Amino acid sequence: MAGQITSSMGVAAPRIKAATSEPWWVRLALTGLAILFLASFLMVPLLAVFTEALRKGIQAYFESFREPAAFSAIKLTLLVAGISVPLNLIFGLAASWALAKFQFRGRSVLITLIDLPFAVSPVISGLVYVLLFGLQGWLGPWLSDRDIQIIFAVPGIVLATIFVTFPFVARELIPLMQEQGTEDEQAALTLGASGWQTFWRVTLPNVKWALLYGVILCNARAMGEFGAVSVVSGHIRGKTNTLPLHVEILYNEYNFVAAFAVASLLTLLALVTLVLKAIVEKRAHAASAA
Amino acid sequence: MTNRFLPTIHGRLRELVRGTVLVIVAATVFAYGADIQLLNVSYDPTRELYVDFNKAFASYWKEKTGQNVTIEQSHGGAGKQARAVIDGLEADVVTLALAYDISAIAEKAKLLPEDWQSRLPHNSAPYTSTIVFLVRKGNPKGIRDWSDLVKPGIEVITPNPKTSGGARWNYLAAWAYVLEQELGDLEKLHDPQFSEDVKKAEAKARDFVAALLKNVPVLDSGARGSTTTFVQRGIGDVFLSWENEAFLAVNELGPDKFEIILPSLSILAEPPVTVVDRNAKKHGTLEVAQAYLEYLYSPEGQRLAAKHFYRPVNPESADPADLARFPEVELVTIDNVFGGWKNAQETHFNDGGVFDEIYAPAG
Amino acid sequence: MSGRWKAHSVLPGFGLTLGYTVVYLSLIVLIPLAALFAKSATMGWAEFWQAVTAPRVVASYKLTFGASFVAAAVNIVFGFITAWVLVRYRFPGKRVIDGMVDLPFALPTAVSGIALTTIYSQNGWIGQYLEPLGIKTAFSPLGICIALTFIGLPFVVRTLQPALADLDKELEEAAASLGATRWKTFLRVLLPPLVPPILTGFALAFARAIGEYGSVVFISGNMPMRTEITSLLIITKLEQYDYAGATAIAAVMLVASFALLLLINLLQWWSVRRYQGGVA
Repeated sequence: MAGQITSSMGVAAPRIKAATSEPWWVRLALTGLAILFLASFLMVPLLAVFTEALRKGIQAYFESFREPAAFSAIKLTLLVAGISVPLNLIFGLAASWALAKFQFRGRSVLITLIDLPFAVSPVISGLVYVLLFGLQGWLGPWLSDRDIQIIFAVPGIVLATIFVTFPFVARELIPLMQEQGTEDEQAALTLGASGWQTFWRVTLPNVKWALLYGVILCNARAMGEFGAVSVVSGHIRGKTNTLPLHVEILYNEYNFVAAFAVASLLTLLALVTLVLKAIVEKRAHAASAA
Repeated sequence: MTNRFLPTIHGRLRELVRGTVLVIVAATVFAYGADIQLLNVSYDPTRELYVDFNKAFASYWKEKTGQNVTIEQSHGGAGKQARAVIDGLEADVVTLALAYDISAIAEKAKLLPEDWQSRLPHNSAPYTSTIVFLVRKGNPKGIRDWSDLVKPGIEVITPNPKTSGGARWNYLAAWAYVLEQELGDLEKLHDPQFSEDVKKAEAKARDFVAALLKNVPVLDSGARGSTTTFVQRGIGDVFLSWENEAFLAVNELGPDKFEIILPSLSILAEPPVTVVDRNAKKHGTLEVAQAYLEYLYSPEGQRLAAKHFYRPVNPESADPADLARFPEVELVTIDNVFGGWKNAQETHFNDGGVFDEIYAPAG
Repeated sequence: MSGRWKAHSVLPGFGLTLGYTVVYLSLIVLIPLAALFAKSATMGWAEFWQAVTAPRVVASYKLTFGASFVAAAVNIVFGFITAWVLVRYRFPGKRVIDGMVDLPFALPTAVSGIALTTIYSQNGWIGQYLEPLGIKTAFSPLGICIALTFIGLPFVVRTLQPALADLDKELEEAAASLGATRWKTFLRVLLPPLVPPILTGFALAFARAIGEYGSVVFISGNMPMRTEITSLLIITKLEQYDYAGATAIAAVMLVASFALLLLINLLQWWSVRRYQGGVA
């Protein structure tokens, strides 16, 4: 039967080739349309940021970063990402192990709950911590008596960032681990490896690219979050402003060049993220093909 | 290949965890400075004033007591800022756009006594301002007074009165203008004999403000957002603005692009300042916080206020050149026309108030 | 799995990892969200109902959901074309274009917001050409749609790409050899298996859009009843010290988001089943 198909395909080959792909003008039109759409939609905003940032020349551009407030915003942003990304990384590993390697009731509800921060308005993400830790909130008075500052200080900003970036690592790992199944692990266990050994030597290498991918996405969001952080930051200049908030403040101070300069820094960060992501994807592809 | 990769990930993870712990420890240590720190939570247009004033006060305090004081600033829409203080942003002093917002802090969070406004002279407002019109150079639409704002085809820029203190002053100034036009004399408001006339005038005022708001294409949440819309985006023919903000826009963004128009009547805006007692006591900064606010009333403080386009309450200590920039204008007060902030807020801006009714769908 | 809560497995660590997952999830997400519901429950039912159905609030739902829907629909069309071109055709600069698709995701929303406003306002790069035509983009519902389309694009493209790559080439060839036209092959053979990923992509972009805040506030104009999105309304309520009102609206949004996500997960489950069962 296989031979039959091959022979019939052989006869009709030229026609099939034409019929499994579009005429050249359709291809050209579609490609042109896609490129035009992406260029006007994605490239133009990118160009706008850099053009505005360099409007007063390269010197004014670098001047914008010399300000102590900009410097402290950079530091705070790195600190916040430095705390929230590893925590979500550990969570992502634990959650994906439990959710991808085991079948149990309530699994899909749990997955949906993990996804929830993705669709929740960042305003709500900030608001919930105000309700918990604010002076009028559940724990506020208790914390205030003990002189512990959560919101309007670094811990609150970290919490809001963790919330917003919560699903990213777990979301990258769960489908992959599920697809890979449990056979490798079972084999390792049968050969006498301990649970930890199995995890470190078998599972982790299998998912390392997806893990890295998740971390990159998580980090990009952690450094760029605006809405949630804005609600819990308190906007104290040089103290509780992250980079995106600093952009807003500069913008509100009519310091448009500096605002776009700091924005361009964040944009560069986004571009680096994209490049890293492309590299990781390529490696992952090569690894899975090998 | 897999085995080669493992130790790196393992080691990196460990490094990462160690790094995180270090960073947290460092942040905690960093938070405890040696100097006195004061947090001033303020509204949008005072940024430039307080940058200057904080420097002046720090050197004054250093000279007087030998202590180093650093003042931290937080700016934003007045409502947002007051809410942050209520929710636990530990401001030592607040310098907001209107008394209502500070009263909200007193009422909802009990961080300061409810009679806070009588603690400093002039209703606790060391400087005042008013509402003016900012128009494009040459005033192409010929806008002279409030009545020009409701003409068809005029685009008016104002922030949202629900969230912006300045916008509430705008709204109330427009309202007061109509009352004055209709009644001739605002004293009639307090005379029961004219209650019928007052009612009619208020209906007119309501229609007028509704017509004015119809001409507003963008309602930003704060004064600074509106300035950007008008100045940077080129939207609108006239921008209802704080006087100081209008001067700043003209000076910073182009004397050749904008001019300031003074309406026939405007409102006396008193942005008040006060110490947040509970926070200041907790931080042990009560004394320096009080001195900070009193310094606003000092000749130096008054000079700086005038320099940054606020009308000083003691003009004699300001630079006459600065004072010359403030033209004479008939100013009504909120107490006289609206019976104080609490009343104005409840009637006009609370949910279900006049502002909401104006924006409610027809029918 | 019948009768028992958890299927048997020889792998260790279930208790530890599930325990950690649930505890961390509770601390970061569930307890804070519970605080939200608790706060909104301090209002009576009638009061709650009034708060979440006030005309201005309803107008904001319509705008938020409507603009998100339009944006997701636009993304389906252009996202499909983009994914199709990226998977099936070769052209110079393809790698760069492919990488760029994720830009809206990686770019901080505040930066997208000011960049888009700069471009589309009436004196902006693109806005100045649209304004004379009577098309107002920034500070109108159209501007909101543009911002939401911007942020939703990667979700559609990235959902469709693997599905398109996985399409069975033989089916296509068979259809062609049986004499179907290209367009017919596309409609009858290629499109049906793509329906689940299209729906998933749509729902993802939609879910992301209804929660969006940072990029929209700059471009929306914030007019009550007209261009005020629900997230902004929550902030406005907060700034009027109306915590209960703000949390009530937030609770409604939260339930909507949860329902949407559940739908997405069901869709994915359906699509996996369909895929494994072969295309009928």
